[in-house]
Amino acid sequence: MHELSICENIVSVIEEQAVEQSFGKVKTVRLEIGPLAGIELEALLFSFDVAAKGGVAENATLEVIEMPVIGLCISCSQSVEVKERYDPCPICGSFQVQITGGEELRIKELEVL
Amino acid sequence: MCTVCGCETGEMKIDGAQSRGHGHSHAPGFTQERMVQIETDILAKNNEYAAANREVFAGSNVLALNLVSSPGSGKTTLLTRTIEDIAGNTSLAVIEGDQQTTNDADRIRETGVQAVQINTGKGCHLDGHMVGHALEKLSIEDGILFIENVGNLVCPASFDLGEAHKVVILSVTEGEDKPIKYPDMFHASDVMLLTKTDLLPYLDFDVDLCLDYARRVNPNIEIFQVSPKTGEGMQNWYSWIASRQASNEIARSG
Ligand SMILES: Nc1nc2c(ncn2[C@@H]2O[C@H](COP(=O)(O)OP(=O)(O)O)[C@@H](O)[C@H]2O)c(=O)[nH]1
Ligand SMILES: [Mg+2]
Ligand SMILES: [Zn+2]
Ligand SMILES: [Zn+2]
Repeated sequence: MHELSICENIVSVIEEQAVEQSFGKVKTVRLEIGPLAGIELEALLFSFDVAAKGGVAENATLEVIEMPVIGLCISCSQSVEVKERYDPCPICGSFQVQITGGEELRIKELEVL
Repeated sequence: MCTVCGCETGEMKIDGAQSRGHGHSHAPGFTQERMVQIETDILAKNNEYAAANREVFAGSNVLALNLVSSPGSGKTTLLTRTIEDIAGNTSLAVIEGDQQTTNDADRIRETGVQAVQINTGKGCHLDGHMVGHALEKLSIEDGILFIENVGNLVCPASFDLGEAHKVVILSVTEGEDKPIKYPDMFHASDVMLLTKTDLLPYLDFDVDLCLDYARRVNPNIEIFQVSPKTGEGMQNWYSWIASRQASNEIARSG
């Protein structure tokens, strides 16, 4: 399952940071995820507990900030919010919308002890 | 509620992209609880491995193509046919990704081309790290490396392997709406091979609709209709490969 390997990546970034920034325990992990990152949030939350077991992030709460899908319409030059990659521009109807946001898959910050 | 000083942190709700700072700072000394800004791409590690692979490819003038599709779309069949047809022109190598078995690497080796099998076990995609190790087992210069990814239209889209291009393979037995059902993959790919076209007479597959869906998700995608079984359309795919190799050369020399 894809989300498990994503969580393993998250945990390994956190373990590295724990050494670099010297903390021993993580209370909260805050992520920024866009709908176009291909992540199933339910599966992510489930996998995180498994991946975090035995490390500094064990029992940490995973918080997800869901980012909007933003595109730049080539036809009308507006920055617009859409739902999917292939959605037309809500202003002018053009399909020439270049996605500029919504693919995020990022660790924003940690609350640590 | 903030556990440090008891302030209400109503802005901490998780329903949008707005930042959620506390708006005040905590006096240090009582506890070591603190905020650590990370701002790191979760796939950053993978991207580092991919970048290292990309350097290897550039240094040895290798065109790396990452072949992705659902299981059974015909990646290995397409690869063996391609290899047989172009092996005379250039040096080739193949990395095979499957959860289990070495069947596909065996099929490739039967053609006389070097192949390494990666078994991902439960893993559903290849990553940059695995490919880096597979490269240690291959010797290739001035040629083409085909990487057959694990059959899966979802996560291989997110994992850069260091390839020059992702090539998505869709067979006509899968339904024409795959590009909009799995838009990330079709968006991430530079080429789509619509394969098993020899079966079209027996199916109600609407080719135009399928191509339209693919271009909706990725207006720049190059599409070739092929049948490795009959050889139909394969020449266009080979020409594309040759043109990519040529532009690699130009990038190197200039
Ligand atoms: N009729 C027809 N069958 C094909 C073609 N390409 C592959 N197949 C069949 O599709 C099945 C899956 O092919 P394979 O190459 O193993 O798919 P992979 O899982 O994507 O590597 C096999 O039974 C192939 O014989 C084709 O061009 N035409
Ligand atoms: Mg195969
Ligand atoms: Zn995966
Ligand atoms: Zn517009």
